[in-house]
Amino acid sequence: MTIQPLLSVRHLTTEFQLPNHQVARALENVSFDVRPGQTLGLVGESGCGKTTTLMSVMRLLPASGRITEGNIYFKGTDLLTLNEREMRAFRWKEIAIIFQGSMNALNPVIKVGDQISEAILLHNQMEREAAEQRVGELLELVGIQRLRRNQYPFQYSGGMRQRAMIAMALACSPALLFADEPTTALDVMIQAQVLELLKQIQRNLGLTIVLVTHDLGVIAEMCDEVVVMYGGKVTEYGPADLIYNQPQHPYTQRLLKAFPDLNRATEASDSAGQDLVTIPGSPPRLNALPPGCRFNPRCQESMEICTQVAPDLVDMAAPGSEARHLAACHLLKGMEIEDL
Amino acid sequence: MNESWVLFKRNLRNFWRIFSHNKLGMLGAFLVFTAIFVAVFAPLLTPYAPTDIIRDANGRGMTFAPPSVHGPLGTDDAGRDIWSQLVYGARISLTVGFLAGFMAMFVGSLFGIMAGYFSGRVDNVLMRITDVLLVIPDLPLMLILVATLRQMDLRISPLSVLIVVIGLLYWTSTARLIRSQVLTIKERQFVDRARAFGAGHRYIIRKHILPQIMPLIVANTVLILSTAILIESGLAFLGLGDPTKPSWGTMLNFAFDRNAVTNGAWWFYLPPGLAIVWVTLGCVLLGNVLEELLNPRLTEHHLEGDQNMIAIKRKGTQ
Repeated sequence: MTIQPLLSVRHLTTEFQLPNHQVARALENVSFDVRPGQTLGLVGESGCGKTTTLMSVMRLLPASGRITEGNIYFKGTDLLTLNEREMRAFRWKEIAIIFQGSMNALNPVIKVGDQISEAILLHNQMEREAAEQRVGELLELVGIQRLRRNQYPFQYSGGMRQRAMIAMALACSPALLFADEPTTALDVMIQAQVLELLKQIQRNLGLTIVLVTHDLGVIAEMCDEVVVMYGGKVTEYGPADLIYNQPQHPYTQRLLKAFPDLNRATEASDSAGQDLVTIPGSPPRLNALPPGCRFNPRCQESMEICTQVAPDLVDMAAPGSEARHLAACHLLKGMEIEDL
Repeated sequence: MNESWVLFKRNLRNFWRIFSHNKLGMLGAFLVFTAIFVAVFAPLLTPYAPTDIIRDANGRGMTFAPPSVHGPLGTDDAGRDIWSQLVYGARISLTVGFLAGFMAMFVGSLFGIMAGYFSGRVDNVLMRITDVLLVIPDLPLMLILVATLRQMDLRISPLSVLIVVIGLLYWTSTARLIRSQVLTIKERQFVDRARAFGAGHRYIIRKHILPQIMPLIVANTVLILSTAILIESGLAFLGLGDPTKPSWGTMLNFAFDRNAVTNGAWWFYLPPGLAIVWVTLGCVLLGNVLEELLNPRLTEHHLEGDQNMIAIKRKGTQ
């Protein structure tokens, strides 16, 4: 806890203007820390605000989106106070992002190598030849032959494209890497390869990663800490093993039950062969959020208070433990927290 | 630099290989390039200057003479050679058409890219301007504009007035076409990625948007050229051309004024009319085929890519 976090998001609230003059609150009061060298996982169903969180931090929201409240501290400076020019210099140099779906993030009519050098040339006043050298190194780092820099994206396989995206993300040696569902649309073998590559790069370069996924297996394998989001709010936040083995929030518990888990099945015999349980219903519409706890319409343990008052995050960690395990549910009686 | 030149040559060769098999495209190119050739080498192709009066043995001007050895296409009411006028007229018609066409294309592309890329308020303002221009009947508007601009005595040549008026009014369809294309491209994720790179608007437009809509611009330019030439002919026929520099439209205007039809002087009005058809047909054919070939969704990227790959392999083994 003594280490200064690399990225601190505090009370982040992001709203989208809908065409019919309604406002959709995509994020509300989202706070979390990312400590240097660690991997933070953002989990949740589709539409719960994972990607919006990343885009808010990068300040790349579409024109209809607006950050209405909160602070985003990166190495001590509040990114929301930077002007557009400073922000442009900041992007990719400090925080790079691997987009959802590598297929679309590559321009189909530009050679892959040129797309990687784009980032280098935009930021560093590096000579073209030096940049070329760097492109070769980056490609080799992610296991692509140098020769293939002159090929177009369609000549790459899906896994190669994703690796090329990783190379691109590393082009300016960023301190923080956002990986937005880096393994979706890839087959299981390639998923494993890509994750292994990310881990390896993190080890070698001391990179900090924020990993967005809805794959709990990936979280278990990769992350140090996890933020579980639901309907634009943080429902549970803590060390990955605690969240995985002692989930506190009913949503997290049900999310884990809905997911096949090989490790747990073999380790604990009583849960082996357990049926998967789905969560009925779907995430709330952001312009018509239920009153009280956002999960209450789908929650089996819903009480009367749940439909009236939104629960605050409380600390559920064992007394005296250094790590915090936060969850927001009326069922939980934990320590109140002040600084988050 | 050298490498990109090699690549450019290869792309050009590939393009030619596909293009040369397209009969309509070749016909279009033939029509357009013969017209340009004739315009460029006008003095070499004409026996007389367009203003020379051909006289018979008695020194009288040969008026309304049918095609003969004296003039391949006969003479007009003042005894001037039609063929020479036609050939020199190509210079005027093509110059006005090309300059006005390029101007329209430039304005249209600029408006289209701006409106599509910046959307929101910019889009609204630009597209409302476009709508206004689109709903005003253009022929009367141009007649009024050309006439008033001439009267204002701005010391610009009448032809320049024509070029500017056509160029500034005929970009609307282009602007809408390009805007819609830009709208789809800017939503692609590689544009988001470029923004995440820290790229500015100008960079994104230059590097990611422009190359993708360039084929559209090129093909549309050729099509706009034909419209510009037609419009110029129309305006000149209505008497808004420069009488001292007759274009094909001006020739038609003369023929009409001087009763060529009632005199049965078909050689006076048919050649300029056919010349206009020649060039516009050529432009339309060429434009359509270019559009088809340059459309990124229809090109043989795979073929070209394979060749690149072979080239890379060769380089690697050496």
